[in-house]
Amino acid sequence: MIFADMFAWLADPANWTGPAGVPARVGQHLLYCLIAVAAASAIGVPLGLWVGHTGRGGLLLVGTSNSIRALPTLGLVTLLYLVAGGGTGPVLVGLVVLAIPPILAGTYAGVQDVDRGVVDAARGMGMTGWQRLWQVELPNATPLLMSGIRSAMLQVVATASVAAYVGLGGLGRPLLDGLRVLDYGQFVAGAVLIALLAVLLDAVLAVFQRVVVPHGLRVVARAAKRPASANRSSQPERTGDAGESGASGDTGAAGTTGESAAELAIMASRRETGGSER
Amino acid sequence: MIEFRAVTKRFDDGTVAVNQLDLTVEAGIITVFVGPSGCGKTTSLRMINRMVEPTSGTILVDGQDVRAADPPRLRRGIGYVIQQAGLFPHRTVLDNVATVPLLSGWSRGRARHRAAELLELVGLPAELGRRYPAQLSGGQQQRVGVARALAADPPVLLMDEPFSAVDPVVREGLQDELLRLQDELDKTIVFVTHDIDEAVRIGEKVAVFREGGVLAQYAAPAELLARPADDFVAGFVGRDRGYRSLSFVDSGEVALDQVSTVAIGQPAGAPTAEWVLVLDEQRHPRGWLPPRSTVEGAVTEAGLTPGGSLYQAGTPLRGALDAALSSPSGLGVVVDERGGYAGVVTARQVLDLIERARPTATGAERGH
Repeated sequence: MIFADMFAWLADPANWTGPAGVPARVGQHLLYCLIAVAAASAIGVPLGLWVGHTGRGGLLLVGTSNSIRALPTLGLVTLLYLVAGGGTGPVLVGLVVLAIPPILAGTYAGVQDVDRGVVDAARGMGMTGWQRLWQVELPNATPLLMSGIRSAMLQVVATASVAAYVGLGGLGRPLLDGLRVLDYGQFVAGAVLIALLAVLLDAVLAVFQRVVVPHGLRVVARAAKRPASANRSSQPERTGDAGESGASGDTGAAGTTGESAAELAIMASRRETGGSER
Repeated sequence: MIEFRAVTKRFDDGTVAVNQLDLTVEAGIITVFVGPSGCGKTTSLRMINRMVEPTSGTILVDGQDVRAADPPRLRRGIGYVIQQAGLFPHRTVLDNVATVPLLSGWSRGRARHRAAELLELVGLPAELGRRYPAQLSGGQQQRVGVARALAADPPVLLMDEPFSAVDPVVREGLQDELLRLQDELDKTIVFVTHDIDEAVRIGEKVAVFREGGVLAQYAAPAELLARPADDFVAGFVGRDRGYRSLSFVDSGEVALDQVSTVAIGQPAGAPTAEWVLVLDEQRHPRGWLPPRSTVEGAVTEAGLTPGGSLYQAGTPLRGALDAALSSPSGLGVVVDERGGYAGVVTARQVLDLIERARPTATGAERGH
């Protein structure tokens, strides 16, 4: 019934043209997401690399990340919008703030996760701090770093709908408009389009991940896959049910150590792979 | 040559890892630092390439104070091998080995060429160079670690428990390989281990450390086993040090006895009151036939009593005694270089040889 309404809405050519048409809405939504994740990466990746490399400030970083996670994005965007008096700026800032914690945690955990023996060997062979960071820590951090970025992208795609709330378009519009006039077909179409966009972007990032993660690390992952598969069967259920709040709750309970950050990022990546495989 | 002059390392929490260490590591030989955990052996090693900075004192490498050099530059001139190898998982084996040459500004082609030479030197096939560390066994990884440390041909090699994470059989192979390499290369090697057997096996000089970072004794292995400086060293080298010190007693002329032998596939003949040694076509010992045993038809591998360890003529007496003790007949089987049967020896004969070797040792002791 609702899906029939949705297909009817999607089939209506009037909904595919003009500034309020689906292509324009997708374009706006996509633009916000890309800008927000790019900006968050520009902040989160260097910061995560630095904290992971020096080992200083890890506690502060995980604590701050967790408190930012607790911020309601809708409230934040509305507040910034009211304070700044309009414009796309507040929306983007809100999305960037939302996207930083997973990227930061992923990068930091990625660097922290590099085998201590490998880092020790790099130092002992005469690498300077920068050489160690660029030649050893960053390449080995890429799997968790990319998990962080993919996790951030999923959250941003979902949350970018708030742009519509302050009148800036995107795929939140059909959602809000549909809700307002009780046109559930339009409402569901908006939701489905957001979900499709999320899956599509994640697939693009998955391809990007294959490009940036060094081949040797995929060999390692393949070698580690067999023993890990035993507990994998129980994992997706748990993370799937617990979702975002469960993941951050775990981190809070486990304390603010590097290990909890690593676990967080790993859980984030599991959740994704679980989701995209289904 | 590496000199420690009154070197002390006190960590921030107040523990003294190394206490007033005075030690000269001779050039061109393997020197082993050995001791229980927390004795400061690894800290001492890591102060040589400034992975740890001493609290006081001076370390000289070939007369140069290590503090005079910028640490990365200093470290590129000193080979470094650690436990678990610490290979870079994201780089191929060949690129791992080429690390230091590349850091030192060699062209990629030249560095890789050199890396390929080193793989050959440590006994790894060239095609392994294209693999990644995760695709190698522990022993192979450790060989790559050694190759990587040798890539820029440093005069000094630091090895921090390099073989302790591999199983005993592989470890022995790696130790032999290191001794073979050292014969060719004559590096100044400092080798840290907690295993006294490994220490006396590969070290030309052994420095025994005790808890609190104090040097307890610094001597050649045979000296260490024969004359431990104090109760700590005596306790650390172990209760069976008398047996272990046989590793340093040359066999000299061992008078071999002969036993009756029979080849596999041949009829055993009439039962006798003696043990009969069974050989294969290459005259390699396969096992024993007990006294008065009767065999129907030809001797087969299946019915044999398994033999003990084999002693190769000309090697230290430890092996001869072990061969005699582990043999079911009480007769240690002696083989030649190709593993063929040469004769047998009893434990009593070995002990006589040891007794005959003793007068010089006791004479030296009386001379004190």
